[in-house]
Amino acid sequence: MMKDITLGQYFPGDTVIHRLDPRTKILVMIAYIAITFCVQNFWGYIVLAAFIVISITLSEIPPVFVIKGLKPIMVFIIITGLFNLFLTGGEVVWQAGVFKITKEGIRFAAFMVLRLTFLILGTSLLTLTTSPISLTDGMYRLLKPFSRIGLPAHELSMMMSIALRFIPTLMEETDKIMKAQAARGADFENGSLVQRAKAMIPILVPLFISAFRRADELATAMECRCYNGGNGRTSLHELKLEHRDALAGVCMVLILAAVIFLNIAVK
Amino acid sequence: MDTIIKAENLKFEYRNDETDEVTEVLKGVSIDIKRGEFVAVLGHNGSGKSTFAKHLNAILTPTAGRVSVCGIDTADENKLFEIRRRVGMVFQNPDNQMVANIVEDDVAFAPENLGMPREEIRRRVDNALAAVNMSAFSKHAPHMLSGGQKQRIAIAGVLAMEPEIIVLDEPTAMLDPAGRREVISTVRRLNRELKMTAVLITHYMDEAVSADRVIVMDSGRIVMDGVPSQIFPQVERMHSLGLDTPQATELAYLLKKSGFNIDGTVLTVDDCISEISELWRNKVGADD
Repeated sequence: MMKDITLGQYFPGDTVIHRLDPRTKILVMIAYIAITFCVQNFWGYIVLAAFIVISITLSEIPPVFVIKGLKPIMVFIIITGLFNLFLTGGEVVWQAGVFKITKEGIRFAAFMVLRLTFLILGTSLLTLTTSPISLTDGMYRLLKPFSRIGLPAHELSMMMSIALRFIPTLMEETDKIMKAQAARGADFENGSLVQRAKAMIPILVPLFISAFRRADELATAMECRCYNGGNGRTSLHELKLEHRDALAGVCMVLILAAVIFLNIAVK
Repeated sequence: MDTIIKAENLKFEYRNDETDEVTEVLKGVSIDIKRGEFVAVLGHNGSGKSTFAKHLNAILTPTAGRVSVCGIDTADENKLFEIRRRVGMVFQNPDNQMVANIVEDDVAFAPENLGMPREEIRRRVDNALAAVNMSAFSKHAPHMLSGGQKQRIAIAGVLAMEPEIIVLDEPTAMLDPAGRREVISTVRRLNRELKMTAVLITHYMDEAVSADRVIVMDSGRIVMDGVPSQIFPQVERMHSLGLDTPQATELAYLLKKSGFNIDGTVLTVDDCISEISELWRNKVGADD
């Protein structure tokens, strides 16, 4: 189960998408998220779907891999969909007891599901094609101007990079702890919600203890390698904006324009 | 050969904040380590060997006494990074030493911290990965590698500082036999080929056999210091310190104790085999 979570995992490669400047990719992603919220009709989602399909093809990541990233969030998406489906007021099309489905409900639910799906697909595409260090680099350089007004840009990016680095490690560890507890008779699948939540405690306690121990050792190891905060730090990776970055920006502007046009044109 | 690490009556103690008890971990350690030496430090748990190692790159500083590395006093806070870039430190758990999700980015961490220009970082990363035979994995994600490979990346990560000394604190404790061999042969090669001073903290006796010098610590003191062929044949002394001896040495010791005329100083399996076959030939010859 733990291996299914692709969110936050990097899929190494050397494609146009991988080589895009991380700053571009972050800005494109922010624009993309904003656009998903702007879309007001299904034509807009077709534009987004085209964007995602083309990006995945260019990145040469097996589509299955990207879609797998949706699996852990699926429950959340379904619940959101159902809530919207049953709890939206309006013109009733189907009713059974207290449950009723409205025309607006169907529309809303479909929108919510699509919106969440596209958000996850887009963001996992960002982390799949950008190494955490270059993601961090990009974030750092985007935030750096704000460090003059007291924003801890380097610390934030370092924290993020380390968090991403430890996701697979801690996943593996959780898996191991779960198996160890299950071997001693712990039951995670049966019982009421409260019982199952309680069953998580023997997983979380050792996981936290081990995470603190890891953090301590990592801090020492970082000090041993002359880590001294962001002052005077250089980077192996040079960030240089290329033509392809401009192209990506233009694409985003075109998509935004298309979505706005479709919002106005199709009522 | 000149002295590269010098400890003079090094003492270290810490106070438990709750009980106010003072624990003395190092009770006066004096030692000179020469440039280019490969030193193995042995000792059972709680002997102070890891604490000693942490004094070599100023993670800990002495409560009393003095440690100097390449002529720099480790208590000098202004020289902290001067010391750390000269003394690379590798720890037990490879997972907890990696900062980055890509091998080469992780190796680049130290030179980046040192503020080196990009071309220099690139050169150092490539050299460090080549030195541990991991160049082919430069773009891999560390969590996909085996334990031995991860630990070699951790070694490359400190080699990128181009240190004069490499200190390894039980680097093989979490590895399988194949991973242990990989790591130890890497360290040995760095010592032989790059003339790097190596301090290996371990509790595997077989790893200590290949060192130039073995130091045995017990309850905060150095109790034995010499070449492996002087240290290990003292089987009873080692046992009384809670330590094993290499299996070959142990076998030779037991044979000798049972009255066989065998050289008790054998350290490796191969030497042991030739000693025993020699013994056998003599016996067969005598019977004829």
